[in-house]
Amino acid sequence: MSVILILIGSSILVAGGFLLAFLWSVNDGQYDDDISPAVRILIEPKITDTTTTTSKKI
Amino acid sequence: MLTDTICYHCGEICTPDKIEYDQKSFCCTGCKLVYEILAENNLCTYYELDQQPGQTIKEHYLGDRFAYLDAPGITEKLQTFRDENSVHLRFHIPAMHCSSCIWLLENFGRISPGILRSQVDFIHKQFLVVYNPAILSLRKIVESLTLIGYEPELNLQQLSKVPEKKKSRIRIIRIGVAGFAFGNIMLLSFPEYLAETRSAVEFSRTFGYLNLLLSLPVFFFSSWEFIGSAIKSFRQKAINIDVPLAIGIIAIFLRSVYEVLSGSGPGYFDSMTGLVFFMLIGRNFQDKTFSWLSFERDYNSYLPIAVTRLKGIKEESVAVNDLQVNDRIILRNQDIIPADITLLSEQADVDYSFITGESRPVTCLRGERVFAGARIIGTPAEALVQKQVSQSYITQLWNQSPAGKTFISGFSRLTSVISKWFIAVTLLVAVGGWWYWYPIEPARAINAFTSVLVIACACALALSAPFTFGNMLRILGRNGIYLRNAAVIEKLADVRTVVFDKTGTLTVPEVISNAWSGNKLTLPELDAIRSVAAASNHPLSRQLANSIQGSIIPVSSVVELPGMGIQGNSGGLSIFLGKSEYCNAPGQVASDSSVVHVSVNGKYYGFFKSANAYRKGVLDLMHNLKSDRIQLAILSGDNDSERQRLTELTGQSENLHFNQRPEDKLKYIRELQHKSSGVLMAGDGLNDAGALFQSDVGLAVAADVNNFSPACDGILTGNQLVNLADLLAYARSGIRIIIVSFIISLLYNAFGLYYAVTGNLSPMFAAILMPISTTSLVLFTVLSSSYKARSLGFVAKP
Repeated sequence: MSVILILIGSSILVAGGFLLAFLWSVNDGQYDDDISPAVRILIEPKITDTTTTTSKKI
Repeated sequence: MLTDTICYHCGEICTPDKIEYDQKSFCCTGCKLVYEILAENNLCTYYELDQQPGQTIKEHYLGDRFAYLDAPGITEKLQTFRDENSVHLRFHIPAMHCSSCIWLLENFGRISPGILRSQVDFIHKQFLVVYNPAILSLRKIVESLTLIGYEPELNLQQLSKVPEKKKSRIRIIRIGVAGFAFGNIMLLSFPEYLAETRSAVEFSRTFGYLNLLLSLPVFFFSSWEFIGSAIKSFRQKAINIDVPLAIGIIAIFLRSVYEVLSGSGPGYFDSMTGLVFFMLIGRNFQDKTFSWLSFERDYNSYLPIAVTRLKGIKEESVAVNDLQVNDRIILRNQDIIPADITLLSEQADVDYSFITGESRPVTCLRGERVFAGARIIGTPAEALVQKQVSQSYITQLWNQSPAGKTFISGFSRLTSVISKWFIAVTLLVAVGGWWYWYPIEPARAINAFTSVLVIACACALALSAPFTFGNMLRILGRNGIYLRNAAVIEKLADVRTVVFDKTGTLTVPEVISNAWSGNKLTLPELDAIRSVAAASNHPLSRQLANSIQGSIIPVSSVVELPGMGIQGNSGGLSIFLGKSEYCNAPGQVASDSSVVHVSVNGKYYGFFKSANAYRKGVLDLMHNLKSDRIQLAILSGDNDSERQRLTELTGQSENLHFNQRPEDKLKYIRELQHKSSGVLMAGDGLNDAGALFQSDVGLAVAADVNNFSPACDGILTGNQLVNLADLLAYARSGIRIIIVSFIISLLYNAFGLYYAVTGNLSPMFAAILMPISTTSLVLFTVLSSSYKARSLGFVAKP
């Protein structure tokens, strides 16, 4: 049964990893604006646009 | 009847003189121009993402309006970062409102070569631009943004503003940590709930230590939000809602630590972390409001950044803070006057609407004193600075507002009153339990004491107010009523007296009805008058042209005499519009700045008098407020020519005050507050700023919430003013909802306390009761506040 201790230890480690990822993303400002990225990803560049696009975003 | 044509760009209904271009209709040349720019740059996707996404462009000629941005040092003050090849700028663009806006702004580089990167922060209506200073300049960027309808907000305040620190991030992190610990502790505690099985007992000690470990960051970091604030309020010898919460959290934590270390039980770590988690979410729900609105504007946000100064015959841009007395400055169309001036030009049309709410421009003559904050309309004017910016009238007006009055803090008064009672009763019961058990069974006494503190934790109380108020703030926001914070709702519920400003608040600023007195005009005559009026640039003629229904016909031989009037031939009629002497009016007719006289073919016909129209529904509003037993008062800066009409509207002849200067308004509010509590002031202009500040609830009424509005507790879109009675009723029902939910939580507490005082509180019982009571309360508050909103006619769904 003591295998359960190893399992619990590793599960908490995994969860801790996610917590760290969350803290990192918050500090990075990912949640400061939750509207424009959602809109941005839905907007497709038009195929006709690509011929004239000279100044691309970097 | 024809269906109205809608402008392809902005969605406004086109007037008969619409413009057809590229098989699309536009309401004005400005909108067409934007379409042309976008079409030229292959940016017409803009029109596919959203229907008529554009802003109406009435003014499409910029001229030198932004010339001041070329002044040395301005770019440096606005930039956030600079290196050799790039400059970073952050603009606030109030006009952005939909996905098309995001798309267009992020593709801004195609219109303006030299833009390296452009990114939108929609929540804060911020626009980040990185550009190459060798190719572009600040002025060019601002000009092209303005041309496509996204004029950035540029004012003096931005120069002094320090970029705000992301305050809400720490709370999000706290929520994350608490949620992480809560989830894991729940899992580890689960075997304990079914503790009869033998295998669970084996691990219970290990799990207990793990739980203790996991709860440490919650106790020392996440719950600091409550404990820290409780300590602070304790130091100030006041009790806020955080005090009972902190007591509860500390009691649960210490008791649980003792149980785990002594091996006597599993502790209540799951309840504690869950509590902190839910309460933090509640706080976040309540506080997340309108980050793109500013409720704390001071006079700096009214003033431009720089202005054109004349040195000899040379023009130069100068930052307004560097303006000196006796500097000569040039003010162009739409420029805001930065300091008190005297006019050097023959005449100028001045719009005082920021200061008084009166949107009708005033014509000022040479040598006249014009105050800062006014706006020049039409022809450019030359002026002499009389006072420095920091000494001007608008600044004085601001500084006489009661110093040091902080706006109501986010803490709700109701809950802090309840908190005091709550602490008293809980401690009484806890001590009672201890006192009862101590002679019988001393070990059980301490158990009963802590159990009471554990179960009676004020969490339900701490959750009901944030969720009720938070939900109400959101619903009101959807309806165009933006309140500063939750405490304003409480203040609204206490309002006993409502004071209105007249001009711009009760009247509609944009709509000016022109009443005609004289011979009845025929349709061709009206057309001709409109056409001649449209040929003039004078503000009164423009208003006249806009308010007359009719078509524009060609006009010939137009002569405009500044300060007198305009004449022209149209439709075979010779039309004279202007002052009484210009039109040969008989001596006795009315003559002031709001009158346009008309003569046709040399014969005097009569005059148009422009007057602001009252908002629709004002009569009903007054009636509703009166039936709610709310006192009414009206303060007007104008003369008492409207007394008769206001008496009819309000149904009372007392408490109507005219010729009120800003300081009179402030004094009046102060006197009212001595007599009764709960004074609400609704105003719009800067002349109401002092009164808005002094009153218990100051509501600014704005045609466009993104425009300037004085510092206040809430911003209302103009058409919501007539729903003020409903707003007050909604606030009162919000308080009732909180009281009811408090009674519900008391029932839960009484139930739990029954077990607690006997000292038989099991962790599983606590772990089940806590989420049930919180979720049921949160559901109750949110559902009932949404239901109430719907029944009062507010839109509850997004």
